[in-house]
Amino acid sequence: MTLLQPGFLSSLPVQNALLIGAGAALLSGAAGVFTVLRGQSFAGHTLADVSSAGGALAYLLGISPLAGFFGLAVLGALGVEAAGERRAAGRDLAAGIVLGAGMGITALLLYLDVTLKGHGGAAVAVMFGALFAAPPGLGRAVALGALAGLAGLGLIYRPLLLATLDGELARADGVNTKLLGGAYLLLLALAVTLCAMAVGAILSTALLIGPAAAALRLARGPVAAMALAGLLGLGCAWGGIWLAYQSYGWTPGHVWPVSFFITALVLAVYAAAALARRG
Amino acid sequence: MTHALDVAGLCVSLGGREVLHEVSFALEPGAFCGLIGANGSGKTTLLRSILGFTAPSAGRVALAGVAGYVPQKLQLDPDMPVRAGDFVELGLNGHRFGFPFPSRARRAKVEAMLAAVGAEAFAGQRIGELSGGQQQRVLIAHALIRQPKLLLLDEPLANLDLRASAEIIALLKRVAAQGVTVLLSAHDMNPLLSAMDRIVYLAKGRAASGRTQEVVRTEVLSALYGYHIDVIRVHDRIIVVAGEGGAHGGKHVAAIP
Ligand SMILES: Nc1ncnc2c1ncn2[C@@H]1O[C@H](COP(=O)(O)OP(=O)(O)O)[C@@H](O)[C@H]1O
Ligand SMILES: [Mg+2]
Repeated sequence: MTLLQPGFLSSLPVQNALLIGAGAALLSGAAGVFTVLRGQSFAGHTLADVSSAGGALAYLLGISPLAGFFGLAVLGALGVEAAGERRAAGRDLAAGIVLGAGMGITALLLYLDVTLKGHGGAAVAVMFGALFAAPPGLGRAVALGALAGLAGLGLIYRPLLLATLDGELARADGVNTKLLGGAYLLLLALAVTLCAMAVGAILSTALLIGPAAAALRLARGPVAAMALAGLLGLGCAWGGIWLAYQSYGWTPGHVWPVSFFITALVLAVYAAAALARRG
Repeated sequence: MTHALDVAGLCVSLGGREVLHEVSFALEPGAFCGLIGANGSGKTTLLRSILGFTAPSAGRVALAGVAGYVPQKLQLDPDMPVRAGDFVELGLNGHRFGFPFPSRARRAKVEAMLAAVGAEAFAGQRIGELSGGQQQRVLIAHALIRQPKLLLLDEPLANLDLRASAEIIALLKRVAAQGVTVLLSAHDMNPLLSAMDRIVYLAKGRAASGRTQEVVRTEVLSALYGYHIDVIRVHDRIIVVAGEGGAHGGKHVAAIP
């Protein structure tokens, strides 16, 4: 058994995976800080789950998975926003209903993927990710999406922070909180889409919330928290990819799921941050 | 003289019930006005209408300039990684788009404002970790840094002990003395009687307003409360004694010097 697999960085699928992981981690880390502070983890998870319908649809239509996932995540965001609910309990309810509807459609589309197109592996790929099997151009698309998302987040950073502190106060200060909330939800849709590219729809919440929650326990300011969350997420993503690559040597001929390693590292990072804060 | 705030015939209904009925009053620049009323009397509703958050069913509100707002309490996650000084800075530029690159001029304005409200000592602390009185100071600084003509505060004394209350009242009196009209709500007029020069008293959806000495009178308060109120002058102070169904069960005592 080889302990260290050769050719890690020279492998094209690995390069692609590293790029996807980096884009997903950096944007979701920064956006995730606001998701945690605004108490929108469940809304984020909802968008991810709904985006899986787009992933399944992409297999059916033969279009780019990025477009499929993002399109449906945006539809989910519009659905949550249309409920127009301001109370936390009502927001969770609206998100839950959108989530249920989205997953139902995913079930149908995945069934059609298998029966009509013979994509037997679609379900696992959509839900749990298949990073090493990503289409070659996806890395660059995800990196561009992440840059656009970070620019958008930088643009709305101050009003978003103010509205996250207190919505009424932000309104009194002249912020259009409704428009802002919608813009943020769109950025969240983009972030979870990129995460779904890396670890699959179901697990994308881990990458969105885990590094951000860990960073919030350690950082002194919001910008520092966003940067730290991005870096922690990057460490988890790249670490997970490296471990998965090495796993080829542990069970020869088989690579363990990348998503397993990434989410395990996220959990470890969060636990370490929680302990560091307490200690 | 133009008014800093002019509320005329304001009616507001919430959930099909009229909460405010033909409320009218006007405040001059630099007035220090208490908005007094029991819980549920419509104080928050009136402040929200002045801010334009709640649309009135009748009447109008006219402001002479920017209104600063101090909400009752921030609903904060203690993990919110925002320091008091940075929060005050958001009062200056929080509504702007674009990433905030540090600016020395802006920082100087923030420092001056922190000093003006006596918040320098805890400027570096997370806002969620501050005491009630400290948080009020920071909220007031956040509102004042935009140089409003009118400062609206929703129950700023509600969670404060006597000493912190007195300090916040003294701070707000200084603010009013500099020409900013201050309107603060309170369910208890007691701590404010010596400080406010104007009063808007809300009860059962109606308001009585005027100079404090005019409103705090037996006929006016009795009519508003719906039961007899005695306003007694003892030496140079005024004592308000409210009792249900008469002066027997004295329930509420307040004094004006
Ligand atoms: N959104 C709302 N819908 C229906 N009724 C409301 C709403 N907000 C407040 N109220 C009612 O309006 C009245 C005045 O409330 P409020 O202005 O909060 O009083 P205060 O601030 O003096 O305690 C209360 O009876 C309250 O129940
Ligand atoms: Mg109130």
